[in-house]
Amino acid sequence: MKKTGLTRWVVLGLLVGLLALMLAPIALAVINAVKTAADYAARGPMALPRSFDLSGLRDFWSHVNFPLKLWNSLLLSGCAAVFGVLLSLLNAYAIGIGRVRAGRGILVLILMGIMIPQESLVYPLYYLTKSVGLFDSLWSVIIIFTVLQAAFGTYLLASVLSEFPRELLEAARVDGANRWQILWQVVFPILRPTLAVLATFFFIWTWNEFLLPLVLLASNDHQTISVAMGVLSGQYVSDPTTTAAAALLGILPTLIFFLIFQRTLTRGITVGAVK
Amino acid sequence: MAAISQSRRTGSAVYWLYLMPGLIGFVLVVGLPFAMNVAISFTKWRGIGMPSFVGLANYDRLLGDAAFWSSMQHTLFFVVAMAVIPTILSLILAATLFDYVATQFGQGWSSFFRAGYYLPQILPVSAAGVLWSWILNPHGVLNLVLRGLGLEGSNWLGDPSYAIYAVMGVMVWIQIGYSLVVFMSGLGRVDPSLYEAARLDGAGAPQRFWYITIPMLRPEIAVIALTTTIAALKVFAPVFVLTNGGPDNSTIVPSYFSYTHFFATVRVGYGAAISTAQTAITILLGLMFLRLQTRKGDAR
Repeated sequence: MKKTGLTRWVVLGLLVGLLALMLAPIALAVINAVKTAADYAARGPMALPRSFDLSGLRDFWSHVNFPLKLWNSLLLSGCAAVFGVLLSLLNAYAIGIGRVRAGRGILVLILMGIMIPQESLVYPLYYLTKSVGLFDSLWSVIIIFTVLQAAFGTYLLASVLSEFPRELLEAARVDGANRWQILWQVVFPILRPTLAVLATFFFIWTWNEFLLPLVLLASNDHQTISVAMGVLSGQYVSDPTTTAAAALLGILPTLIFFLIFQRTLTRGITVGAVK
Repeated sequence: MAAISQSRRTGSAVYWLYLMPGLIGFVLVVGLPFAMNVAISFTKWRGIGMPSFVGLANYDRLLGDAAFWSSMQHTLFFVVAMAVIPTILSLILAATLFDYVATQFGQGWSSFFRAGYYLPQILPVSAAGVLWSWILNPHGVLNLVLRGLGLEGSNWLGDPSYAIYAVMGVMVWIQIGYSLVVFMSGLGRVDPSLYEAARLDGAGAPQRFWYITIPMLRPEIAVIALTTTIAALKVFAPVFVLTNGGPDNSTIVPSYFSYTHFFATVRVGYGAAISTAQTAITILLGLMFLRLQTRKGDAR
């Protein structure tokens, strides 16, 4: 039942207009990042570039030592994603399948933990990491985000696993598999798609984390991209094309990530979040 | 029977081993720091040496601090910008994409729009902040465009009467995608023939929105309302990168307020009191929401 009327095109036009508005800031960063300063001065930010100049990008790249920040972000987010999923799985296995006593109470505790603003943890974490010599170390931040992401993951996976088909577990037990084997040979393969989704979100969430890395990774050499961008905006770069280049480099890894994992990300993380 | 329950119980005990790493981690990363923070909030402490116990003095001072009250007030602005507006907008968008675009133009278009609207949501907030301060600064893109249209520009982030609205605008831009994606995946559960039947019965788009989309998405709306409101209560990075809470505290929020007392003025006890109060409000609100939700579920 396709309509042919004007409404179709009005609706489409409105949606396209809104999309253009939403993506305009990113498009503006792209077109101005590759302009020369003279081109920008002459024709303004809205014009397409008539010059092609990567020096803004190159300046910012070397100025903040971008490859190092990229590596820090990759290491932190990658480890937090993998370890966070593993920890979630272990916890959820005990609560959802093992049905440990107080499992319900633990979940409520975890839920409250998720709600605690990081501001309530940041100073003690700063103090504690300093006193045990783990301050300004990527590993301490990896441990912290592994636990924080796992809190959410446990909450989510526990409800998925509490509905796990009991016959499968029973069959494996009859075949003589112990709990450890059941976890890896029965539960893990079935849960793999869900775990992959979880890891994707843990990765991007950790990538974008700001407050804790800002406070706990004090030195330039350990900063993540997210923190480097935040510190930069404080300094305020006056040269508009360099600022555009900086903004573009800051969002570029995420853009690439988005293009690869777009389907997973836009399906949303609703598994178990909605009863 | 007795043997089975016996084996269950020992089984259950063994599962505690699987829970150990997670529990130890949770205690070290969340439990202990949170307890310390609450304890610190009853002291006067400069971050070194021994904290001295002052009882409720920090909280007493908090109640009389104008900056605290304006930070709470701005939190309400952020609830509007992060929970209320994005939820309404993305409900309309989700319904349009699901009920109209998907049927009139095809699923591909609907997915394409969803992906496009979603993109700002996953950018690092700090990078988005650099981008937006470049657009909103006095010599930035927005003012150039406005001047081109013959309008007066403004110092959007530097003028106390505009700054909060400018930051709110950026938050709406960031948040729309989050609720849109959740609503669209919720609509995935809905049988499209339901819309078709309503259409044949002569229900227009507004009726279908009101009588099908909204009731169908009730669980998702509850989840979104809860998560975005909590996110609004915690908002930090956008304020840090866009305005630093200024000008004249016109965009200060509790998170930024406690951050400055922790690390700039080094009144650690006071910072801890602010963040403890903020946590109490957040958890109270969260539990209220959950209570409401379960009660509704029981009624059904």
